[in-house]
Formats: sequence, structure tokens, C-alpha cells
Amino acid sequence: MTSLREATTSSRILVTCGAGGIGKTTAAAALGVALSQSSERRVLVLTIDPARRLADALGLDGIGNDVTPVKEVTGPGELDVAMLDTRASWDSLIHRHAPDDETAQRILSNSLYQNITGRFIQSHDYIAMERLYELVQLQQYDLIVLDTPPSRNALDFLDAPNRMADFFSSRLLRWLTAPARGGIRGLAAKPFTQITDRILGAQFLSDITEFFVLLESMYAGFIERAREVEALLVDPSTGFLVISTLDEAPLHEAEFFIDELEKRKLRVYGWLLNRVLPASLSSPSLLLAMDELERSSLDDVATDLDVPLTHLSTVIKSLVMNARAWSNVAVRERQQISQLHSSVPLVAVPSLDGEISDLEGLFALGQRILDEPFVLEFGDVQRSESA
Amino acid sequence: MARPSLRERRLLFVTGKGGVGKTTIAAGLAQALANEGTSVLLCAIDNRSDIGEAFGLSQLHFEPQSVSDNLSLMVMDTESALRDYLRINMKIPVVTKIGPIANAFDFVATAAPGVREILTIGKLCYDVRENLYDVVVVDAPATGHIIGYLAAPQAINALVRVGLIRNQTDWMLEILSNPEKTGVVIVTTPEEMPVVETLQLLKKLEDETTVQAAAVVVNRTLSDLVVPRDEPVLAGLSAKRPDAFTSSALDGLFEAARLSGAKNTVAHEHLATLRQGLDDDLSVIAQPYLFDCADASSIVQAVATSLGEEIQ
Repeated sequence: MTSLREATTSSRILVTCGAGGIGKTTAAAALGVALSQSSERRVLVLTIDPARRLADALGLDGIGNDVTPVKEVTGPGELDVAMLDTRASWDSLIHRHAPDDETAQRILSNSLYQNITGRFIQSHDYIAMERLYELVQLQQYDLIVLDTPPSRNALDFLDAPNRMADFFSSRLLRWLTAPARGGIRGLAAKPFTQITDRILGAQFLSDITEFFVLLESMYAGFIERAREVEALLVDPSTGFLVISTLDEAPLHEAEFFIDELEKRKLRVYGWLLNRVLPASLSSPSLLLAMDELERSSLDDVATDLDVPLTHLSTVIKSLVMNARAWSNVAVRERQQISQLHSSVPLVAVPSLDGEISDLEGLFALGQRILDEPFVLEFGDVQRSESA
Repeated sequence: MARPSLRERRLLFVTGKGGVGKTTIAAGLAQALANEGTSVLLCAIDNRSDIGEAFGLSQLHFEPQSVSDNLSLMVMDTESALRDYLRINMKIPVVTKIGPIANAFDFVATAAPGVREILTIGKLCYDVRENLYDVVVVDAPATGHIIGYLAAPQAINALVRVGLIRNQTDWMLEILSNPEKTGVVIVTTPEEMPVVETLQLLKKLEDETTVQAAAVVVNRTLSDLVVPRDEPVLAGLSAKRPDAFTSSALDGLFEAARLSGAKNTVAHEHLATLRQGLDDDLSVIAQPYLFDCADASSIVQAVATSLGEEIQ
């Protein structure tokens, strides 16, 4: 494998993951655009919360929970986009798994349910997996690019289906819901009930209990689905692209994520380093040029360009100052990259000028990500890029 | 009534979209206040926060650690907060480790998010009420999750009809609702999504919580100085390549100039959107892009210096 394009030729699911604020959603959209315009694949990008500008760039008036075709993509492939609406997906999940309408309604109107689906961080993770499964079942796509929620804990979303299953089969839940099912809590439970009663009030505890008893009716459905989602993730045609910038926190998150994915024997296509400064800014010849400029006489140049010497000097001075500032950062970035250790191929793409505001911009970024040569051995970054 | 300034407040929640440098600004703000002789507690909510690194601490604990005369650091831990809470407020003696109960509690807290949040908020408000520190600076959750914390007292009031925890929400609300005590500092960068989320958060703060915004910090602002201007001269240099500029690396200079120019154009557009959406009396603090700082400690010191000047 020499590039992401090669690594993903036969892939059916491509999951982008990493910390928040690193350009993950843009990268997912860019990959979707590039792959649908450079191959015959029918591609779906499932995103979380796209920026207005990104929706505009795709030529959409906003992206809904429903699948929307991107008409501006004219082939050879096709591109659809959908946004994950956590709340709507949860509601439809309840409707699907609930034994009857009445139970579904009781769950939907429970204040705890509204709290959990709205604010429970992991609920996004679970529902992303759920929606992915649903879309795979449609069999309408050759490739689904899944942009994952910005997880505080990178593991949350991988574990979500299992955690949900564990949750329903946990002893604690059985114990909590025992009275409602006609059983009794053992003596060991006494301190807990005493404390929770005093802190939370008995009413609250019984609200919780009622809610879980209702949810339990859907237990089998959840468990089964969790297994199916897991099978989807370990399938050889599924792979992950871990994304980060060179900032400390996202970098740690990426290292941690790669480690965990490999532990779970999941396929990692590569590690995309986003918003890296161009290599030219860290090149030794730039530093030389700056010294040269500061020493050279500008008289002739001023005459040649027909501007006053003092003005030219000011402009040159600011040019040099600006370049020094960026080159400091760029040199630091190269050092940082050369010190990275990872078992997966690395793809470094530069920060693009400005922001992407149209389909061509997304296409260009996607192509760049797909075709940038993989750096397989760490410490080789400088060499391969200057070659 | 005029909006109290950042320095007048005693409980500051620093939030922002992921990736904007929220933690760095929280650390810099705490350091800036400590530099002025104020006693400061800096509290990280996320136990994976690397905020301690900048102060030479490899590990943060619930028990505050002092890093200088005026500055202590801690990380929130709901189980410890619960233990404190039971001991102080409920007079429930915690004889042994509350391990199994804590597990059960954790379970309930996960199921009903308000519980975890109220313990966190409760602990922070308690430190303010008891005057343990002059100021508590919180490296708070990102924009998407902060409302859950700030609105926790109301959420608890809605969910829990009776019980001791409910009685506790009143004094917390009193501290949170008082703009002379509590404020939110929203960190953004001059980019699209961070600005969008900042404006969304401001609206949510108003609609769903009683907490007031204290300031917006625009991180990674390029100063106009580093953006080379005068297009005609640049174009002339580029076209004519006078002999003095033999090195082909003149391209590097132009590349750097283009980079600054492009970033600046984008920044101006988003800053305009930001200012348009803000109340006039909400202060906007520009935090310059730090080109020269490499390690966490020097970054925090630099931020402290420039924030210190801004909040005078």
C-alpha cells in the first residue's frame, strides 16, 4: 500500500475518527467527493454536524437526517450525504424495538428518556453505529464514509454497542428493577437505597426504575443489534482513518485511538495529519534566503520596481518577519512529526489557503488525502517530502 | 446594569469548541490572576486533561495541589465530590470506602446525567461560597456539553421532586445566577465553526441557564504586523525577481505571506460575524497566535502575560 487510495480500493466502510476541531468532518466530505468523482463508486457520507459552509460547498440547503443526493457530483460515481440527528434516530429506534405502541409512547414521554438521549454523551456514539448499520442494510452504497462524533473518550463510540448490551444485562439493572418485576432487593441493597432515597428522593429512584423496566422490554433487540454492529466493524472491508492535527491533545488522542483499534484487531488505513504547514516553510534554503535578504542592498531593486527605498525596506522587513514566524512553527512541526511513533502509515496534508467553500475545493483536498504518498517509516517524513 | 468585568467574578467557566485552545486559555487565565496576587484554584473537569503538564504536574488529584503561592490545581472526580458532599451536607458518616455504593451511584448518575453534573457544580460553588479561594477557574467541558453542567440545578429541580439534593440547588443557583460571582469565558478562534458555536452557546446560556457570559477570547489572532501588505510591491517583486533575490526560496517568503494573507482574510470575515452577534458590552479579548512557544509551560506563561494586560 502506498496511498490511502490504494488502501481503500475495496473498502465498504471508512470511519474517520479523532478529537473535535481537527477538520474531521471536512475530511470525510472531501473523501466522499473525491471518491465519487474519481471512481464509479456510489458513496454516502454520514456526518454529524456539518458547518454551514460545508453544506453550502456540497450545494445543499442544510443536511437532514434523510439521505440527500449531492447533485453537483456528476460522476462517474454518485454521492449522497446524510446528517446524524441523534434525537430523531433514537425515537425511531424506540419505535422499532418496542413490543407495542403503548410502551413506545411511554418511553418517549419519560423525562429520563429525554434527558438521556439529549445529553448522555454516549448516546451519540451508540446511535451513530445504529444508523450506520441501517444504511448498510439498504445495500445502496459501495462505500459509506462515517464521520464519528467528537468523543471525549475515543473508545466510547467503539464500545457503544457493547456497553449498551452490558448495560441491559448488568446485575445492577436487574437488581434496580427487581421490585418492579415482583422480586425483592437483597439486604445488601439497603445502604444504597437509603442513601439514594435521602439524596435523590424515593420518587426519583422509582422513576428510574420504571424507565428501565420499560427499556428492558427492548433488551433482546438491543443485544442483537449490538452483535450485528460489531460484526460490521470487524469485517475486512471496514477500516478506520485516524485524524489529528499536531496539537498536543488531538495527537495524544490519535495515538491512543490507533493503539486501541489495533488491540481490537480493527483495520487502520492510516493516520492523517491535518493542517501541517507546507514543507517549503521549514526548508533550510528559506532560512538562508531570509539572511540573504536582510543583508542585501535594496537600492537597485527599489529603482527597478519604482518604489521609494524606505517603503520597499518596510515591505521586505515584514515579509521576512512573517516568514520567520511561520518557519519557526513549521520547523517545530517537522521535528514533532519525525518523533512520532506509530505502526500505521502516515499521511500529512498541509493547511490549505483559506477555507473550503466549494465542491472543487473539497475535491482537491480529497484527492490530496487519497494520493499523498504514505510515510511508512517514521522519521522519514522529511526525506520523502523533499524527494 | 453594566456587565461586571472578568476580574470582578469569582467563578469562571472556560469553555469553547474542541481544538480552539480552551485548556491553554484556562491555564493562562488562572496564572494571570495568580500573578496579581489573587488566590486561584484551577479545576479541570475532564480527568484526561493535560492541564497539569504546563505547571510541572504529571498527575492531578481531587485534592488540590499547590503549584505556586497563589495557584492550586485539581481535577474533578464525582466519587470524591459525592463523599465530600455526604460528609459536609448530609452529615452521613462515611465509615468505610463507599466503593460498592459508589459503583451503584455511578450507574444512576450515568443514567440521569443531572446527578453527575450537579455534584461537579456543587463542589465548585461550595469552594466559592466558603471563600476557600478568591477565584475558581474551571477548565470546563466543550461548548457541546457545558450547558448540561450550568443548567444542572434546574434539571435536578425538574427531575427530582423531593430529597436533600433538591434543597441544595437553591444556594447553587444563587451563586451561578449572580453575574458578580459567576461568568462564562468562551474561547474561540477566528474560524467558522468555533464562531458559530460561540454564538450558539451565548444564546443557549441565555435561554437555558442563569449564568452570564463574562468575555469571549479570540485565540490565535494574527497581528496585522505579521501580515505583509502592499500587494503592488509584492507583485513587482514576484514578477521581476530582481537580481538581489537570486535564491529560489523567495518562493518560501511568498508562500508564508500568502498563508498569513489567507488566514487573515478568513479571520476578518468570521470576526465580523462574531462581533455582529455579540452584545455590545461583552468584551472580546484577542489572544495572539504564539509563533515562538514550543512547550506547554512557556505557552501558558505567554498567555498569562498577554491576558494579564488585557484584563487590567
